[in-house]
Amino acid sequence: MSGTTMYQPGGTTTARGTTTSRRTTQRRVEPLYYVFLVPTLLVFTAFVIVPALIGIFYSLTDYVGFGDWSFLGLSNYAALFSDPRILESYGFTLGFALVTVVVAQVVALALAVALTRRIRFATTLRTVFVIPMVVSGIVVAYVFNFLFSNSLPAIATAVGFGPLEESILGNPDLAWLSIVIVSAWQTIPGALLVYTAGLTSIPSDLYEASALDGATPWRQFRSITVPLIAGFILINTILGVKGYLGVYDVIVGLTGGGPGTATSSVAMTIFGGFTGGDYAYQMANATVFLVVTALISVAQIVATRGRAVQL
Amino acid sequence: MHRTSWPLTVLLGLATLTVLVPLYVTLSMAFKTSGQSADGNAFSLPAPFNPASFAEAWTLTRFPVSFGISLAVAAIAVVLTLFLSSLAAYAIARNWSHRFFRWSMIYLLAALFLPFPVVALPQIQLTALTGLDNPFGVGILHAMFQLSFSVLLYTAYLRSIPIELEESARIDGASTWQIFWRIILPLLGPMNATVGIFAFLASWNDFMMPSLIMSDPTLQTLPVVQNIFQSQFGTNYNVAFASYLMAMAPSIIAYLFAQRWVISGVTQGAVKS
Repeated sequence: MSGTTMYQPGGTTTARGTTTSRRTTQRRVEPLYYVFLVPTLLVFTAFVIVPALIGIFYSLTDYVGFGDWSFLGLSNYAALFSDPRILESYGFTLGFALVTVVVAQVVALALAVALTRRIRFATTLRTVFVIPMVVSGIVVAYVFNFLFSNSLPAIATAVGFGPLEESILGNPDLAWLSIVIVSAWQTIPGALLVYTAGLTSIPSDLYEASALDGATPWRQFRSITVPLIAGFILINTILGVKGYLGVYDVIVGLTGGGPGTATSSVAMTIFGGFTGGDYAYQMANATVFLVVTALISVAQIVATRGRAVQL
Repeated sequence: MHRTSWPLTVLLGLATLTVLVPLYVTLSMAFKTSGQSADGNAFSLPAPFNPASFAEAWTLTRFPVSFGISLAVAAIAVVLTLFLSSLAAYAIARNWSHRFFRWSMIYLLAALFLPFPVVALPQIQLTALTGLDNPFGVGILHAMFQLSFSVLLYTAYLRSIPIELEESARIDGASTWQIFWRIILPLLGPMNATVGIFAFLASWNDFMMPSLIMSDPTLQTLPVVQNIFQSQFGTNYNVAFASYLMAMAPSIIAYLFAQRWVISGVTQGAVKS
């Protein structure tokens, strides 16, 4: 199995095989299958695609969210690229997504490897590690907000560690760290479970054979584990990066985008457009955001294509 | 090689503190008095043990109402997701040779790459316009955003189900409709659980969608009502944490009981896709 098949339906040989044999035996599609599919396509179109198209259309106007509007062309986009507030939010969001995906994937993979080793209480330990997955992000962020603004400074003061005696949430240079920590805390469990599934699918005789050849654990990890779970790494990083790019709950619960605009994500600036009166302008922002997200996802798939080893 | 690695076990045990400490703080803060919670020491035990915060949090968040609304929204999302995506995936998987079905799959998958902020503002307008700016509308929207991933999981799983099963049923005179309900849906069992768990967690824990879509604040979901403690009751930490605990506890308890299925559900989702 390989994670890459996930994004190219029909790309597998088995699917092609059944396809061709079925095509010769049964050409006509039974109408009922349309009944199964078409209503879903229609509601999906109405609730997801139409709003997206409306938004993209309004990005070419001077619409404020209500009342009249006139066509503007691309001037919203031109303004976007010279707006320091927007550029700053992209800088923050991309940097945050990059740091968090690396931190979360490294920790999740390390935990998954450790949990599949010969340890005691593996089930109990795993149960605890997965708990963050089932709780609400905003509530978790509120709890961490308290820890960062009260407990951490209290501890830092007690041990005399100067830099942390003030809350990091109020520090423009450190506030982003709190968002990385809480986002990683929340998303590590899901990635951990996916990696566990990947690791347990690797036959143990591969490790035994390589151990006989004198391979060190690190060498085994690099030459057996990583290539064989490359598909899982791809799934996790794509889902992770996409999630982190849209970060919102955690920021609302921790910093509210502050101090100043130091932790304002792209999602937050876009939502600000509905109340702030620059609806059309933020729809241009949203359209650019769509392109950026899609490009990053596709780039990840292309960069890792062919790296995944099939068993 | 076959002996237990105690150093690793201890190391992992210490690592669980990153999960357990925030939970412990939530629990102990919730049972403190206002005076004790205001002293800033998060790690001290409650003394005296004061359960009164829960009563206050219960009324402030109108807990039964918010809880019920969260549950209703999640139920709508889960039922719609299971129903729509299993039928759609079945149609797609069995007619893959047909261009319309192949392109439909790609069309549905497009939403995987569609960030929510892109559609958020027009969605707020459209739901207001159509009277769906309520829990019902939020449930529908949750299901819509769950479609891509669910159809993906279902179609991958359906490929592994041998088509001969259906063909023999067809020879026995079963209609496609009967085949779906009697044969396919039961065979999809493990995948139904996986898709259902994903849909439930995504909906139950969501903050963004309800906070943006819902026009009537008295109909808000549990995660969203927690924000009252950020402004109005900022210093009553004990009440805030009692409320956080009440918001977290149901899903943690449910998880501890059902963890075997939650974990196998998620890993199954990963392996089958």
